[in-house]
Parts: sequence; structure tokens; C-alpha cells
Amino acid sequence: MSLISTILRRLVLLVFVVAGVAVVTFTISHLIPGDPAQLIAGDKASAQTLAHVRQELGLDKPVTQQFGIYVKQLLSGDLGQSLRTRRPVLGDIALFLPATLELGIAALIMSIMIGVPLGVLSAIYKDGPIDQAARVVSVAGISMPVFWFGLALILLFYVKIPILPGSGRITLGIAAPPRFTGFFLVDSLVAGDMKAFWSSLYHLILPAFVLAFANLGIITRQIRASMLDVLQEDYVRTARANGLSRPAIILRHALPNALIPSVTLLGLAFGDLLYGAVLTETIFAWPGMGSYVVSSIQTLDFPAIMGFTIVASLGYVLINLAVDLTYMVLDPQIRELG
Amino acid sequence: MTAADGDSLLEISDLSLEFRTYRGPIKALNGVSLNVRAGEIVGVVGESGCGKSVTMMAATRLLPEGSARITGGGIRLFGSDPMKLSERDLQHVRGRLVSTIFQEPMNALNPTRRIGEQVIEVIRRHQRLDKSAAAGKAASLLRDMLISEPERIMQSYPFELSGGMRQRVLIAMAFSCEPKLIIADEPTTALDVTVQALILSLIKQKARSTGTAVVFISHDMAVVSQLCDRLYVLYAGRVAEAGTTASVLAAPAHPYTRALIRCLPGLAPPKQLLEQIPGTLPDLLDPPAGCLFRARCREANERCVAVPPLAAIEPARRAACWRRIEETQAA
Repeated sequence: MSLISTILRRLVLLVFVVAGVAVVTFTISHLIPGDPAQLIAGDKASAQTLAHVRQELGLDKPVTQQFGIYVKQLLSGDLGQSLRTRRPVLGDIALFLPATLELGIAALIMSIMIGVPLGVLSAIYKDGPIDQAARVVSVAGISMPVFWFGLALILLFYVKIPILPGSGRITLGIAAPPRFTGFFLVDSLVAGDMKAFWSSLYHLILPAFVLAFANLGIITRQIRASMLDVLQEDYVRTARANGLSRPAIILRHALPNALIPSVTLLGLAFGDLLYGAVLTETIFAWPGMGSYVVSSIQTLDFPAIMGFTIVASLGYVLINLAVDLTYMVLDPQIRELG
Repeated sequence: MTAADGDSLLEISDLSLEFRTYRGPIKALNGVSLNVRAGEIVGVVGESGCGKSVTMMAATRLLPEGSARITGGGIRLFGSDPMKLSERDLQHVRGRLVSTIFQEPMNALNPTRRIGEQVIEVIRRHQRLDKSAAAGKAASLLRDMLISEPERIMQSYPFELSGGMRQRVLIAMAFSCEPKLIIADEPTTALDVTVQALILSLIKQKARSTGTAVVFISHDMAVVSQLCDRLYVLYAGRVAEAGTTASVLAAPAHPYTRALIRCLPGLAPPKQLLEQIPGTLPDLLDPPAGCLFRARCREANERCVAVPPLAAIEPARRAACWRRIEETQAA
């Protein structure tokens, strides 16, 4: 199975996933009790005003017809208009999503950069001090609520020892870089604005670490477990029997094989990061998807909720595709036999 | 090199070793003595669990550290105690002086790296060769193993090769740094009978042409008899009998060796059930006193309550059996 045919097959599958997600979210959001028109017009609105709002939003039409209209829009790449912000949902998502992705990717990189070496060391020095310390860190990461840990870090590194910023994406007074990708780090580099780059990087550290911390534990434990498995393998014994050095055995023979079962986990972890971002964004006043989605849910903003859900499911499918492609890179047997 | 025996590569004397388990220590070796001199092919025979592999893995310190503990005796490998070597010196000994071929070729190669990379890595670890010279050497080693297209094989991944092919790669790898000693731990057990003979003759030819000594571990008396100059028969972590292959096969001294030889299909009359050795290995968590083969031995008597020493019964011939020792003394 070649790379290209895998990608094509998945993209075809994507169409079905989006269709399914559209049907389910539309059904659920229109079945739940609550009237968005009422929420928009206010408690004291007259029946006439309500009817007017309903008509304006297209909520007076039968549900099947509403769904028909929605699908028609969707096919032309239009996610409809938000009931709350009165702007196109797609535009809103394009505005807020990059901030969340930037945070999520930073957190993923951080959790891999710390989690993989920590897992490897824990396996090599099994039951030693490093392993025990890593175990404590892992359990803490998995069990500590994001909102508490985030606040604790803000208190420590922003209030008590003010070395890191505690909120926002960039220092007040420094202009955000001209929008190109929506990723401040990328945009500031494109614009050659190093001041904005460093400021964005500093602002990213705390929220990304909070977000990374939970996954860190899972990644560390997974890498540790698969390293322990791999170190028992016959080919590691062959490498030892042939007098290869310990670093060569660990880095060239054990780790690449131990990473293969961990890739699935990394894909799932990225999904978790985006979902964990909702809370983290709230704590660090990070202008991302999290706050947008929460407000949309509170106002029963159907098009926004559905738009977000569809984009999120697209994201999951793409992450899974990325996971499968990574398998192909890491494992020659999958690459050559499919 | 040792002072005692000019060309002795490996000398194991009275080695006892146990594995720590939750049920208590398993006494895997109970005083094994053997030595290997330069250029000879030595067979170590016995049924599963008798300590063949453990002895040889202890000699190269490949047993999992922490779980295995030496409780008596000692090992001299190229004149030094492998247990006392630094990690660095140990890495030099392994591969350069002594190298091992294992039983399971299916998992003995790294599944995510090409064959060529793996052979070249070992060559370059111990020899000052650049990549292309090492690749050339790898190809010629593979050709020696009767692999007709070594370049293509070197580009392959292990999963693309058969078990026999993988084992040939591993043999080439073991010989790649011209070691003085190769330990072949049941290298053909996992392979088809049709490939077995080929693999055995490849090992033998290569060893003879390079003057490499080989310790050949096997449970198969027939295989060992074709291949080896000398034999050690192990039982329950102890040497039952040692001597030249011809003399052991012609006149086995220990009842266990006799029983092993009787189990060979070639020596049994046709259409008759093969003989079995009644009973099983003694419980090594709590080994019985005296001769460990006593419970399965047809010839056991009251003398066997004491442990028989591995005594010389003929020139270059030793056995650990009271009956033979008494006969020798009487003669």
C-alpha cells in the first residue's frame, strides 16, 4: 500500500465522516430543549418579536427543511452564520482556531520532548530513583486538575516570582504580527518581528506546560512500558552479544521500535490536548476556540456548535491519518506490505 | 591468555549459579566445569533446562543482571573474569573476541533496520573501516554463507527473509569481526530440517577455515556428533560426562549419556517405539542430595546418595558416575 493511495482512501472516508457528524449534531442540537430565539431576544420579548427573530434566523421552517438548507450550505463550504456573533461561522473558526492549534502543538512538542526521554530513562533505570521520580510526575500529571495546576503555576511564576506572563498571547503594547497563518510564532517570523516572536513564545510557556503536563505522564508511562518490552527482545540481545555500545543499543535499536506502539497514543494525546485547551484557555485568557465554543453552547448557537463539531471531527480524522503515515515511516513492514 | 593452558580461550571451573525467583533461588548450575581451546569445536549437550545456555550466557555475561547470581566457582574468558570487566572492556570482548549465534533467528534481527545496516554496524564497531569497505566486507561474508545476491539481501528488512536466510545473516554477523570463539546456541533448532544441515556445514566450514573455536549447544546428540571434536554432556546444571566425540559415542560412560544416545532415531531398529528417559529433571528449587540423575537411573545404588565427582576414567575422558569411578579404580 503506497503512501498516496493511503491518503486518497482516507480523504474519501473523510466525506462520510463529515456527513455522519453533520446528521448527528444537527439532530441532537435540534432535539435538545431550549429556544435560541428566546435566548437572543431575551426573557421579556413579546411573542411578535420572538416570531420575528425566529423568521430572521430561519428557525420557523420545518426541521427537515432547515437540515436541507444546512447541507446545501455545507456542500458549498459554508458553515452558516453564527446566531450569536452574526458573523460567518467559518470566519469565526478561522479567527480563533490558530490560537488553539498553536497552544496544542506547543504542548504536544513539550510533552514529547520531556515525556520520551523520561520514559526511556525510567525503563533503563527501572525501579531506580529516576524511575520513581518519573512515576510521581506521571501520576501527578494524570490526576492533577488543569484548572488547579494552571492557577498554581500562575501564582508561582507570575505573582510570586514574576518571570513569566500569566495571560494572553502577547504583551500589551506589542502589536500582534500581521495575520498570515494565525500562529503568532510563525507570523512574527514571517514579518521579521523578533520582539513579537519572543513575547509570543514567553506567553506560550505556562499554558503549554499546563496542557502538556497531563499528557506527559501518559507518554512517559507508555514509552517506559514499550521500552521495557523492546529491551527484552532477542535483537537487543544480539546487539549486546555483538558488543555494541549502550547508547547505540538504546537509541538505534530499542527506541525506534519502542516508538511504534506509542504513535497511536500521541495521536490520541493531541486530540486530548485540544479538548484540554478549553479549560487552559479560560485560565490563561487565551483567545482560542475554547472560549468561543463555551459561549456558543451557552447561547445555543446551533450553527457555531455544529461548525465547531464538524471542524473538530475533521481534525480527528486528519490526526489519525497522520498517525498512520507516521507508522509507515517508522515501521518498514507496514510501509512495504501495507 | 591464561597461564595454565596456553591456548585456552574459555575456562569454566566448578561454576554454580542461581536465579532469584519469588519461589526461592533456582539452582540452575551446580558446579559446571568446561574449557575450550583455540580452534576446536566443542559440543554441549543435554535436555532442556540442564543449564547449557545458562553456562554459556554466564560466560559472556549476557544473563539479565540482578536475577542471576554466581554462588561458586569461576569463569576465565580470554584470561579475565567477565564478571569483573568494565562495560567498555566487555563490549570489546563481545563481538571482537567471542560472539554468539542464538536459537531464534526470527527475532534476533532488528525489524526496523535493513540487514546491511545491521551487519555493517557490527563490523564498524570493532574494526576501523569506512562505510563502503565495511559494506564490501559484509557482502563477502554473506557470500561465504552461500547467499547469492548479498547486495539485495543487505537492502532487505528481516521480515522479507526466511528463517534460514536470517540465521545465515546472523552467522555472517557473528564471524564478521573474526572472533576467536563463537558460541552457537542451538542455531538450527527453530529451522526446517532441510535447512539445518546447510546451516551446520556453513558454521563448521567457516570455523575451520578461520581457525575459530566453536561451542555448539544442542539437545540433539545426532547433530552434535557430526560436528564436534569434543563433547560435554550436562545434566541438571552439572557435567555428567566429557570426552572426545568419538570416544563418548563409542562407549558412553554415564547412564544419562547412554540414555540420550538410545533416544536417537537412527540407532533404533525400525518400526519400534523410540526409547524415552523416564522421569524429568529434578526440581532445581530444592535439588535432592547426591547424584542428581539418581531418580531416573536404572543402575543407581546406595553409593549414589553422595555426589559423584567428575573424575578421569580414561585419558582425556571424565565422567561423574560412581559405577564408572569404581570400575576405573578397580582396574
